[in-house]
Amino acid sequence: MIERSKILLLSALLVCAGLSHVAGGISPYYFDILIGIGINIILAVSLNLVNGYTGQFSLGHAGFMAVGAYASSWLTLKYGSSIGSGTLSTTTVFVLALLGGGLGAALSGLLVGVPSLRLKGDYLAIVTLGFNEIIKGVIQNAEPLGAQRGLGGMELHTNFFWTFAFAAITIYVVLNLVGSTYGRGFLAVRDDEIAAEAMGINTTKYKVLAFVLAAFFAGIAGGLYAHFKQFIHPEGFNFLRSVDIVVMVILGGMGNTAGVVVAATLLTILPELLRKVAHYEWLPDWLQQVAENRMILYSLLLIILMLTRPQGLFGNFTGKRNQRLQ
Amino acid sequence: MSAPLLQLDNVTVQFGGLKAVGDLSFTIGEGELIGLIGPNGAGKTTVFNLITGVYEPTAGQISFAGKSVVGHRPYKITARGIARTFQNIRLFPSLSVFDNVRTACNMHLRHGISHALARGPKFAAEEREIDAKVMELLEIFGLTAERDAACKSLPYGDQRRLEIVRALATRPKLLLLDEPAAGMNPTEKAELMKLIRFTQEKFGCAVLLVEHDMKVVMGICQRINVLDYGRKIAEGTPAEIRANPKVIAAYLGKEEE
Ligand SMILES: Nc1ncnc2c1ncn2[C@@H]1O[C@H](COP(=O)(O)OP(=O)(O)OP(=O)(O)O)[C@@H](O)[C@H]1O
Ligand SMILES: [Mg+2]
Repeated sequence: MIERSKILLLSALLVCAGLSHVAGGISPYYFDILIGIGINIILAVSLNLVNGYTGQFSLGHAGFMAVGAYASSWLTLKYGSSIGSGTLSTTTVFVLALLGGGLGAALSGLLVGVPSLRLKGDYLAIVTLGFNEIIKGVIQNAEPLGAQRGLGGMELHTNFFWTFAFAAITIYVVLNLVGSTYGRGFLAVRDDEIAAEAMGINTTKYKVLAFVLAAFFAGIAGGLYAHFKQFIHPEGFNFLRSVDIVVMVILGGMGNTAGVVVAATLLTILPELLRKVAHYEWLPDWLQQVAENRMILYSLLLIILMLTRPQGLFGNFTGKRNQRLQ
Repeated sequence: MSAPLLQLDNVTVQFGGLKAVGDLSFTIGEGELIGLIGPNGAGKTTVFNLITGVYEPTAGQISFAGKSVVGHRPYKITARGIARTFQNIRLFPSLSVFDNVRTACNMHLRHGISHALARGPKFAAEEREIDAKVMELLEIFGLTAERDAACKSLPYGDQRRLEIVRALATRPKLLLLDEPAAGMNPTEKAELMKLIRFTQEKFGCAVLLVEHDMKVVMGICQRINVLDYGRKIAEGTPAEIRANPKVIAAYLGKEEE
């Protein structure tokens, strides 16, 4: 008997393959939004493993996305043309480059995660924020990566199939992990670290594992983004991009994958709607300006959400962390 | 007598100016049921935190089955065979009754992350095995019906029993119970005493029991250690402890305060 989740994953991949043909026909504007949704689902669902299921607060997901984007672009730019020109081989190079970008991001996740996750307390937010800025700074000064000018020339490889196939794989990995006895360790760390250790769970290992896996998928998302836009710029992976992803996780409900998928979808569409709203002449000026600056709206949205539904729109996680030890 | 299972040698821990535990020595043999009592603030919970690696002793030695546990991370000490419950109940609040116990089976998994992702027959077989083990434990402690309940929704006494079940799921050789009878009514307490004795026999593990209820402690412990201000003031059988003037003074002194 084949596991239900594996059948679901296979069906999802088949549906993606089928839809991929249809999706080519829709207008470029909507196609752009669609791919954006897929990429954001990968980012938010993977970050949810850290911030939701494991209860840590990472604030630099765009940094790992940047590592994946630049690493995979460097790989396809370097090796894309040197290998034969058949479709299979270019696709193979692309997928290998994506995985390479993911591994690069995972490696940087390991380097950032091991020292900061071993410390007690909430250093992770500060460290990941710093990492995000450092990566940006490094790229801005790296001539081979285009520095301030950005990096272009990648071929268009990202399509509907690869984007949503990787989204499906991300969801599969996260759900199957947290659903297993092995993965209950993540939830135990989130609920009560001291009790988790007392039950024989290596809390550091679980935190690092969640962090490295999330970084891997952020790297994949970066690679997909780079080979869709065909041009990447360090500013595209700044702190605000990281906040975007965190907002998706909080809105969807920490530790609720379905909710996070919905939130990632809504928050990808929302800026587009707002852009339209900003052009409605009959609206007062200030409203148009608010609509144009989504960060103001996001902050408002978050404040209202935290006051009314701290568990997220679709949330299910109500546990609170015990602090005092007795 | 064989070598002791747990041995504390002149263990001291200092918190700033406060010596929470001073020069404490005692041993627990395999399968023994030992009490640890003392007035509030005497240092009993601190002793648990020292044995399980939450705190590191300032001086002294703690060894388990002949090997030192000092300086080891708590999860490693649990893996060596020491499990505990907490005075202020530390269940995993967002997990069900079943999952609280299942999580404690984590450390004995034979198959790791790759199996959790590949979901092959080996993974399924091991998960079924764990399922059965958890249900067996819940059955023994009469929690089968609550299997899918949120652990926080259980009555206080059940939460305490669930913590014992969870600790047992790690398959300990030594079980540390921190005031398991707190908040229980007399019937529940009588039931608990039976369960602790049963646990000791059925699972063959030694028990170190911290408890304020003298009826419970005197009723089931083979030997009792008494702490006051972090120091051991007496050790002996329940009858000896009951008659010990130092112990009586320590408790009376506290009541007058
Ligand atoms: N981490 C800590 N930092 C500072 N002081 C501590 C710490 N942990 C315990 N203490 C102090 O050590 C002393 C012993 O505390 P402990 O909790 O071990 O007592 P106890 O015997 O378990 O008491 P009770 O019966 O009330 O549970 C107390 O004075 C307590 O305030
Ligand atoms: Mg105590």
